[in-house]
Amino acid sequence: MKKNIFQKIQGKWTFLIIAVFLYIILFLFNFSLAIKTFFVFLGLLEKIIPVLFLVFLFMFFFAIFFNPKKMTRSLGKNAGARGWLISIVAGILSSGPTYVWYPLLKDLKEKGMRNSFIVAFLYNRAIKLPLLPIMVYYFGLKLVLVLTFYMILFSIINGLLLEKILKFKID
Amino acid sequence: MTFEKIKTSFIKSFQSFSRMLPMIFGVAMLTSLFITVLPKSFYQKIFIGNNVVDPIIGAILGGVVAGQPVVSYIIGGELLKQGVSLIAIISFILAWVTVGVVQLPAESLVFGKRFALCRNILSFVSAIIIACLVTLTLSIL
Repeated sequence: MKKNIFQKIQGKWTFLIIAVFLYIILFLFNFSLAIKTFFVFLGLLEKIIPVLFLVFLFMFFFAIFFNPKKMTRSLGKNAGARGWLISIVAGILSSGPTYVWYPLLKDLKEKGMRNSFIVAFLYNRAIKLPLLPIMVYYFGLKLVLVLTFYMILFSIINGLLLEKILKFKID
Repeated sequence: MTFEKIKTSFIKSFQSFSRMLPMIFGVAMLTSLFITVLPKSFYQKIFIGNNVVDPIIGAILGGVVAGQPVVSYIIGGELLKQGVSLIAIISFILAWVTVGVVQLPAESLVFGKRFALCRNILSFVSAIIIACLVTLTLSIL
Protein backbone atom coordinates (compact mmCIF):
# COMPACT_ATOMS: atom_id res chain seq x y z
CA MET A 1 0.00 0.00 0.00
CA LYS A 2 1.28 3.49 -0.86
CA LYS A 3 2.11 5.66 2.15
CA ASN A 4 0.67 9.20 2.24
CA ILE A 5 2.83 12.23 3.06
CA PHE A 6 1.94 12.18 6.79
CA GLN A 7 2.93 8.53 7.11
CA LYS A 8 6.19 9.26 5.33
CA ILE A 9 7.16 11.96 7.84
CA GLN A 10 8.66 10.30 10.88
CA GLY A 11 7.51 11.24 14.39
CA LYS A 12 10.71 13.12 15.21
CA TRP A 13 9.99 15.58 12.35
CA THR A 14 6.28 16.00 13.14
CA PHE A 15 7.15 17.78 16.37
CA LEU A 16 9.44 20.30 14.66
CA ILE A 17 6.95 20.86 11.83
CA ILE A 18 4.16 21.67 14.32
CA ALA A 19 6.45 24.14 16.12
CA VAL A 20 7.44 25.85 12.84
CA PHE A 21 3.77 25.98 11.80
CA LEU A 22 2.84 27.71 15.10
CA TYR A 23 5.68 30.23 14.60
CA ILE A 24 4.43 31.02 11.08
CA ILE A 25 0.91 31.61 12.44
CA LEU A 26 2.33 33.89 15.16
CA PHE A 27 4.38 35.79 12.54
CA LEU A 28 1.23 36.38 10.50
CA PHE A 29 -0.97 37.53 13.41
CA ASN A 30 1.42 39.18 15.88
CA PHE A 31 4.70 40.10 14.26
CA SER A 32 6.32 41.78 17.30
CA LEU A 33 5.49 38.87 19.63
CA ALA A 34 6.80 36.45 17.01
CA ILE A 35 10.12 38.35 16.80
CA LYS A 36 10.34 38.35 20.62
CA THR A 37 9.63 34.59 20.68
CA PHE A 38 12.25 34.00 18.01
CA PHE A 39 14.90 35.83 20.04
CA VAL A 40 13.94 33.86 23.16
CA PHE A 41 14.39 30.70 21.07
CA LEU A 42 17.84 31.89 19.91
CA GLY A 43 18.77 32.59 23.55
CA LEU A 44 17.61 29.11 24.52
CA LEU A 45 19.63 27.59 21.66
CA GLU A 46 22.71 29.43 22.89
CA LYS A 47 22.24 27.76 26.29
CA ILE A 48 21.43 24.25 25.08
CA ILE A 49 24.07 23.86 22.35
CA PRO A 50 26.97 23.41 24.83
CA VAL A 51 24.83 20.88 26.77
CA LEU A 52 24.00 19.04 23.55
CA PHE A 53 27.70 18.84 22.80
CA LEU A 54 28.25 17.38 26.29
CA VAL A 55 25.45 14.86 25.74
CA PHE A 56 27.05 13.77 22.47
CA LEU A 57 30.44 13.38 24.21
CA PHE A 58 28.79 11.18 26.88
CA MET A 59 27.14 9.05 24.20
CA PHE A 60 30.45 8.67 22.40
CA PHE A 61 32.19 7.82 25.68
CA PHE A 62 29.55 5.22 26.61
CA ALA A 63 29.73 3.70 23.11
CA ILE A 64 33.50 3.23 23.45
CA PHE A 65 33.78 2.03 27.05
CA PHE A 66 30.39 0.51 27.91
CA ASN A 67 29.07 -2.52 26.16
CA PRO A 68 25.55 -3.80 27.01
CA LYS A 69 27.07 -6.30 29.47
CA LYS A 70 28.84 -3.60 31.49
CA MET A 71 25.79 -1.36 31.30
CA THR A 72 23.54 -4.11 32.67
CA ARG A 73 25.91 -4.52 35.60
CA SER A 74 25.84 -0.78 36.48
CA LEU A 75 22.32 0.25 35.49
CA GLY A 76 20.49 -2.97 34.65
CA LYS A 77 17.99 -5.14 36.54
CA ASN A 78 20.49 -6.38 39.12
CA ALA A 79 22.36 -3.09 39.61
CA GLY A 80 20.79 -2.51 43.05
CA ALA A 81 21.89 0.40 45.26
CA ARG A 82 24.76 1.23 42.91
CA GLY A 83 22.30 1.84 40.06
CA TRP A 84 20.13 4.10 42.21
CA LEU A 85 23.15 6.07 43.36
CA ILE A 86 24.47 6.55 39.81
CA SER A 87 21.04 7.64 38.48
CA ILE A 88 20.39 10.05 41.37
CA VAL A 89 23.84 11.68 41.30
CA ALA A 90 23.86 11.86 37.48
CA GLY A 91 20.38 13.44 37.53
CA ILE A 92 21.45 16.07 40.07
CA LEU A 93 24.70 16.89 38.25
CA SER A 94 23.22 17.03 34.72
CA SER A 95 22.47 20.49 33.37
CA GLY A 96 20.30 22.05 30.64
CA PRO A 97 16.72 21.17 29.69
CA THR A 98 15.51 17.59 30.25
CA TYR A 99 14.85 16.89 26.56
CA VAL A 100 18.49 17.34 25.57
CA TRP A 101 19.26 14.21 27.66
CA TYR A 102 16.74 12.03 25.79
CA PRO A 103 19.25 10.78 23.17
CA LEU A 104 21.65 9.54 25.86
CA LEU A 105 18.87 7.95 27.95
CA LYS A 106 17.42 6.24 24.88
CA ASP A 107 20.85 4.89 24.08
CA LEU A 108 21.34 3.62 27.65
CA LYS A 109 17.84 2.10 27.72
CA GLU A 110 18.60 0.17 24.54
CA LYS A 111 21.76 -1.11 26.27
CA GLY A 112 19.72 -2.37 29.24
CA MET A 113 19.17 0.57 31.65
CA ARG A 114 16.24 -0.05 34.03
CA ASN A 115 13.13 2.13 33.56
CA SER A 116 13.15 3.01 37.27
CA PHE A 117 16.68 4.44 36.94
CA ILE A 118 15.54 6.59 33.99
CA VAL A 119 12.70 7.94 36.17
CA ALA A 120 15.14 8.60 39.05
CA PHE A 121 17.51 10.41 36.69
CA LEU A 122 14.71 12.56 35.21
CA TYR A 123 13.21 13.36 38.64
CA ASN A 124 16.52 14.35 40.21
CA ARG A 125 17.15 16.76 37.37
CA ALA A 126 14.75 18.95 39.33
CA ILE A 127 17.52 19.48 41.89
CA LYS A 128 19.69 22.13 40.28
CA LEU A 129 22.87 22.65 42.30
CA PRO A 130 23.90 25.96 40.65
CA LEU A 131 20.41 27.36 41.24
CA LEU A 132 20.20 26.37 44.92
CA PRO A 133 21.46 29.79 46.16
CA ILE A 134 18.56 31.49 44.36
CA MET A 135 16.13 29.02 45.91
CA VAL A 136 17.66 29.60 49.36
CA TYR A 137 17.35 33.37 48.85
CA TYR A 138 13.61 33.10 48.11
CA PHE A 139 12.58 30.20 50.37
CA GLY A 140 15.29 29.73 53.03
CA LEU A 141 17.84 26.97 53.62
CA LYS A 142 15.59 24.82 55.81
CA LEU A 143 12.89 24.53 53.15
CA VAL A 144 15.43 23.80 50.39
CA LEU A 145 17.04 21.00 52.43
CA VAL A 146 13.69 19.40 53.35
CA LEU A 147 12.47 19.71 49.76
CA THR A 148 15.67 18.17 48.36
CA PHE A 149 15.37 15.22 50.76
CA TYR A 150 11.77 14.50 49.69
CA MET A 151 12.63 14.91 46.00
CA ILE A 152 15.37 12.28 46.20
CA LEU A 153 13.07 9.97 48.19
CA PHE A 154 10.21 10.37 45.70
CA SER A 155 12.51 9.82 42.72
CA ILE A 156 13.06 6.27 44.06
CA ILE A 157 9.37 5.74 44.94
CA ASN A 158 8.27 6.96 41.49
CA GLY A 159 10.88 4.81 39.77
CA LEU A 160 9.72 1.67 41.55
CA LEU A 161 6.03 2.51 41.01
CA LEU A 162 6.51 3.16 37.31
CA GLU A 163 8.30 -0.13 36.86
CA LYS A 164 5.42 -1.95 38.59
CA ILE A 165 2.86 -0.12 36.42
CA LEU A 166 4.74 -0.93 33.21
CA LYS A 167 4.89 -4.62 34.17
CA PHE A 168 1.13 -4.68 34.61
CA LYS A 169 -0.41 -5.74 31.29
CA ILE A 170 -3.85 -4.49 30.25
CA ASP A 171 -5.97 -7.33 28.83
CA MET B 1 40.99 0.02 21.92
CA THR B 2 41.45 0.25 18.16
CA PHE B 3 40.96 3.16 15.77
CA GLU B 4 38.24 1.12 14.09
CA LYS B 5 36.34 0.79 17.41
CA ILE B 6 36.57 4.57 18.03
CA LYS B 7 35.41 5.30 14.47
CA THR B 8 32.45 2.91 14.70
CA SER B 9 31.48 4.28 18.14
CA PHE B 10 31.63 7.86 16.82
CA ILE B 11 29.45 7.06 13.79
CA LYS B 12 26.93 5.11 15.90
CA SER B 13 26.71 7.86 18.54
CA PHE B 14 26.41 10.57 15.92
CA GLN B 15 23.62 8.72 14.09
CA SER B 16 21.48 8.17 17.19
CA PHE B 17 22.21 11.72 18.42
CA SER B 18 21.30 13.38 15.11
CA ARG B 19 18.05 11.38 14.93
CA MET B 20 16.88 13.22 18.08
CA LEU B 21 17.89 16.74 16.99
CA PRO B 22 14.68 17.71 15.09
CA MET B 23 12.63 16.76 18.17
CA ILE B 24 14.93 18.71 20.53
CA PHE B 25 14.66 21.84 18.36
CA GLY B 26 10.88 21.42 18.21
CA VAL B 27 10.61 21.30 22.02
CA ALA B 28 12.94 24.31 22.37
CA MET B 29 10.76 26.28 19.92
CA LEU B 30 7.55 25.43 21.80
CA THR B 31 9.17 26.27 25.15
CA SER B 32 10.18 29.71 23.83
CA LEU B 33 6.62 30.23 22.64
CA PHE B 34 5.29 29.53 26.14
CA ILE B 35 7.81 31.87 27.75
CA THR B 36 6.75 34.84 25.63
CA VAL B 37 3.03 34.19 25.29
CA LEU B 38 2.37 33.90 29.06
CA PRO B 39 3.19 37.12 30.98
CA LYS B 40 4.25 36.91 34.66
CA SER B 41 1.03 38.64 35.80
CA PHE B 42 -0.91 35.64 34.48
CA TYR B 43 0.25 33.45 37.39
CA GLN B 44 -1.06 35.81 40.11
CA LYS B 45 -4.60 35.64 38.78
CA ILE B 46 -4.76 31.84 38.87
CA PHE B 47 -4.56 31.10 42.63
CA ILE B 48 -7.78 31.49 44.65
CA GLY B 49 -6.46 31.38 48.24
CA ASN B 50 -7.79 27.91 49.11
CA ASN B 51 -5.24 25.57 50.75
CA VAL B 52 -6.79 22.44 49.21
CA VAL B 53 -7.37 23.71 45.68
CA ASP B 54 -4.28 25.94 45.31
CA PRO B 55 -1.68 23.09 45.41
CA ILE B 56 -3.64 21.32 42.65
CA ILE B 57 -3.80 24.54 40.64
CA GLY B 58 -0.06 25.00 41.28
CA ALA B 59 0.74 21.51 40.01
CA ILE B 60 -1.48 21.91 36.91
CA LEU B 61 0.03 25.30 36.10
CA GLY B 62 3.59 24.14 36.74
CA GLY B 63 3.06 21.06 34.59
CA VAL B 64 1.55 22.90 31.65
CA VAL B 65 3.92 25.86 31.37
CA ALA B 66 7.54 25.46 30.37
CA GLY B 67 10.77 27.34 30.85
CA GLN B 68 13.96 27.58 32.89
CA PRO B 69 13.62 26.32 36.51
CA VAL B 70 15.05 29.61 37.77
CA VAL B 71 11.98 31.39 36.34
CA SER B 72 9.75 29.16 38.49
CA TYR B 73 11.78 30.08 41.60
CA ILE B 74 11.44 33.79 40.86
CA ILE B 75 7.71 33.55 40.07
CA GLY B 76 7.22 31.34 43.15
CA GLY B 77 9.16 33.75 45.37
CA GLU B 78 7.17 36.73 44.14
CA LEU B 79 3.84 34.90 44.53
CA LEU B 80 4.82 33.97 48.09
CA LYS B 81 5.42 37.67 48.87
CA GLN B 82 1.97 38.43 47.49
CA GLY B 83 0.35 35.97 49.90
CA VAL B 84 -0.05 32.78 47.86
CA SER B 85 0.34 29.76 50.21
CA LEU B 86 3.70 27.96 50.49
CA ILE B 87 2.07 24.60 49.75
CA ALA B 88 0.78 25.94 46.40
CA ILE B 89 4.16 27.47 45.52
CA ILE B 90 6.05 24.22 46.25
CA SER B 91 3.71 22.12 44.11
CA PHE B 92 3.98 24.76 41.35
CA ILE B 93 7.81 24.74 41.39
CA LEU B 94 8.01 20.95 41.59
CA ALA B 95 5.58 20.36 38.75
CA TRP B 96 7.40 23.01 36.67
CA VAL B 97 10.60 20.95 36.75
CA THR B 98 9.26 17.39 36.91
CA VAL B 99 6.09 17.41 34.77
CA GLY B 100 6.38 18.34 31.09
CA VAL B 101 3.17 18.61 29.10
CA VAL B 102 4.98 20.51 26.31
CA GLN B 103 7.61 17.79 25.98
CA LEU B 104 5.19 14.89 26.53
CA PRO B 105 4.94 14.02 22.79
CA ALA B 106 8.74 14.01 22.56
CA GLU B 107 9.06 11.88 25.69
CA SER B 108 6.47 9.44 24.31
CA LEU B 109 8.42 9.19 21.09
CA VAL B 110 11.62 8.31 22.93
CA PHE B 111 10.43 6.09 25.81
CA GLY B 112 6.95 5.04 24.70
CA LYS B 113 3.49 6.52 25.38
CA ARG B 114 2.81 4.46 28.51
CA PHE B 115 6.14 5.34 30.12
CA ALA B 116 5.79 9.06 29.40
CA LEU B 117 2.16 9.27 30.56
CA CYS B 118 2.73 7.27 33.76
CA ARG B 119 5.91 9.19 34.64
CA ASN B 120 4.20 12.56 34.19
CA ILE B 121 1.11 11.50 36.19
CA LEU B 122 3.32 10.15 39.00
CA SER B 123 5.36 13.38 39.00
CA PHE B 124 2.17 15.45 39.07
CA VAL B 125 0.77 13.55 42.09
CA SER B 126 4.19 13.59 43.79
CA ALA B 127 4.40 17.38 43.42
CA ILE B 128 1.22 17.74 45.50
CA ILE B 129 2.22 15.08 48.07
CA ILE B 130 5.75 16.51 48.50
CA ALA B 131 4.30 20.02 48.88
CA CYS B 132 2.08 18.72 51.74
CA LEU B 133 4.98 16.78 53.34
CA VAL B 134 7.41 19.72 53.15
CA THR B 135 4.87 22.09 54.73
CA LEU B 136 4.11 19.53 57.45
CA THR B 137 7.80 18.82 58.15
CA LEU B 138 8.58 22.54 58.33
CA SER B 139 5.78 23.08 60.83
CA ILE B 140 7.27 20.33 63.07
CA LEU B 141 10.95 21.41 62.76
